[in-house]
Amino acid sequence: MLNFLNKIKPIFLSKPRRAAGQMLTLLALAASAAVAQAAPANRLYVSSEKDNKIYVFDTQGQRLSAIDVCQRPRDMRFTADNAKIYVCCGDSNTLGLVDVETGKMTEQLPLDQSPEMFDLSADGKTVFVTIEDDSILGAYSLETRKKLFEIKVGGEPEGVLVMPDGKHAYVTSEEANVVHYIDLGTKKIVKNIRAGKRPRRFVLAADGKELWVSNELSASVSIISTEDQAVKHTVKFQIKGMRTNDITPVGMALSADGKSVWVGLGKANHVAQIDTATREVRNTVLVGKRAWGLTLHPDGKTLYVANGMSDDMTMVDAVAGKAIRTVPVGRVPHSILVQP
Amino acid sequence: MLAAAYPGILSPFRGQPKGFRLARLTKSLRACGLVCSLTLACVVASAAPPQSVTVAVLSMAADARYAPRQLERAYPDHPGGRVGDAARMAVEDASLELQESGVVLKLKDLALADAQALPKVLAELKGARVQHIVADLPPAMLTALVRAAPAALGGAMVINVSADSDALRNEACSAALLHTTPSRQMYTDALAQYLAARNWRKLLLLQGPLPQDQLQGAAMVLSAKRYGLKILQTKPFKLSGDPRERDLFNTRLLTNEREHDVVAVMDSHGEFARTLPYATQWPRPVMGGNGLMAMAWHPQWERNGGPQVSRRFQKLAKRPMQSQDWAAWMAVKAIAAGLAENPKADLGQQLKQLRAGAVMVDGNKGPGLTFRAWDGQLRQPIMLGHGDGVVGLAPLDGILHPTEVMDTLGTDQKESKCKLQ
Repeated sequence: MLNFLNKIKPIFLSKPRRAAGQMLTLLALAASAAVAQAAPANRLYVSSEKDNKIYVFDTQGQRLSAIDVCQRPRDMRFTADNAKIYVCCGDSNTLGLVDVETGKMTEQLPLDQSPEMFDLSADGKTVFVTIEDDSILGAYSLETRKKLFEIKVGGEPEGVLVMPDGKHAYVTSEEANVVHYIDLGTKKIVKNIRAGKRPRRFVLAADGKELWVSNELSASVSIISTEDQAVKHTVKFQIKGMRTNDITPVGMALSADGKSVWVGLGKANHVAQIDTATREVRNTVLVGKRAWGLTLHPDGKTLYVANGMSDDMTMVDAVAGKAIRTVPVGRVPHSILVQP
Repeated sequence: MLAAAYPGILSPFRGQPKGFRLARLTKSLRACGLVCSLTLACVVASAAPPQSVTVAVLSMAADARYAPRQLERAYPDHPGGRVGDAARMAVEDASLELQESGVVLKLKDLALADAQALPKVLAELKGARVQHIVADLPPAMLTALVRAAPAALGGAMVINVSADSDALRNEACSAALLHTTPSRQMYTDALAQYLAARNWRKLLLLQGPLPQDQLQGAAMVLSAKRYGLKILQTKPFKLSGDPRERDLFNTRLLTNEREHDVVAVMDSHGEFARTLPYATQWPRPVMGGNGLMAMAWHPQWERNGGPQVSRRFQKLAKRPMQSQDWAAWMAVKAIAAGLAENPKADLGQQLKQLRAGAVMVDGNKGPGLTFRAWDGQLRQPIMLGHGDGVVGLAPLDGILHPTEVMDTLGTDQKESKCKLQ
């Protein structure tokens, strides 16, 4: 029996993007444990759904190598020390663990049928995965490698976001057109929030006060208050010369300064930058076909866009709002991670 | 590194010891175990008792398309079974969204023995307070139903999921009648767009003898005209083995002219068309009744969440999802979408909203779908594929329309002979 935890110290299971508060202790622990190897710097990791690989680039878009992973890799996340990548594989029904230093997938955690997106618990010990075929949110222990529980949700669940306090999670159901607000303690749906049609993914903005959700078939993003779970604003997208039906927002990314959210407009082959203060679309940039997976470089200067239907990745100057260049990445790129 | 973006949101657990959080989590997990597959009904309590809406699925008890031997032949895109499974899937898919609106959707499966049984069935529907009907009926029966149902049921919404008759969308249209299955003209327009996009412009038309085949042929002629295709020759075919009429069934004799780019076979039955691919005199692709076909759904459609839909259906019905199943699924989904949007609306308002395009339904074919105001037809992309997969989606790239490109398929508003508008 493989053991996830033999190879990973618990501290590395902490949720990376929320770990800043614990960073000092973590660093101290890591130093004393002397297991932290510096993750290779200046790297991009792109999951390719049909090549069953994660392609490795430098941040300028130069292809370096490819890592064989499980079947149909989609959503990805770094471990807290950025030394490993969790990758969710939709066809092998597993969560793979990839060592970025050696470029090898070392472990696989079994999940349920057709997992798509995932998030980690606040303590980093549990992974919450949307399971498309069974319409559930599955919780799996990264320590015991066992399934902990499942929560029945609406059809074709996709986006999942665990709140920083670890008490609640949000899940989108593409089929039921709702955002589920779930109490992870009681394991019950507290509220079903009707946003737009075919809600897809999330971004947490305004210091956690706003949950942004992309509505693929409404050409919009809904902004939900995380205090009262009500939709308080809707941003509609328009692209000159395109009809609403051609604008299908899916992937989103929040800038490091929190001032803008970038949204991939799917079939419209554009990305849009929304000013989080005014909630106006500040800029739209032409990229490749079916732009979904979006990731910003932490320096805020470059946006990386995975173009699922043109098998390439566009680098966008996020400050000037201009595409820099587009590079081929393999079949159906899904998600991108940046290691500065 | 991304943590820098969330300084504020870290505070809630900054002060909490990790051990506390873990203990709490473990405790609650132990309490719950693995049995937290909670039914949704108990999850969200609603104050008012739910409003129950029953949708009837109406079909013919003896329908030749569902005879065991006919199903066994499995002609491409012919129904693989009755539509009840697809309707059931839609009810399951919509239950959560409807629950939010305080509505519970139920299904009632009814099969008509013959045309004479209609009044009795309507009385039964009236007794069950049914006003929504998903109709898997031949055109004549459907027309009779649409004529009688509104008065008999105190208002009715009939959604046609299997008849491709263009007359039902034109001369014989009705305010109570909607269509989720594409019309014949939509199918032939899709094929014509594909041929025009490929520049395969010269057609040999092989015409079948059945009334359905004739209507298909007429639709194909109109589509060819729309997209600048040339029908070089039209030849009748016949299922036969009689050497005296071999020029009517011998595939090489039928296709021995050299000039055509493709062979279009108008065969609603499917038996002759099946013998045609790779059996022509010259190496020419076959389309229409076999080979390249226009379909509402293909079980191998792999975009827009298609695999999830097909997999759900396969699990439920134990067979692949086909065009007609998709149409039935959409019919119930459309009813549900209307109710979710406005649960208090009466039937007349529901119909009005659907016909006005105010209610959008997701069909997993890309865009959100709405009904055409002028003929009650669900506008939708049409798949172009063969037995094995999908090679194109109409409207094809480059096809333009002043308001809605999906309206290049089928009868557009200006051509409509439906008198309701």
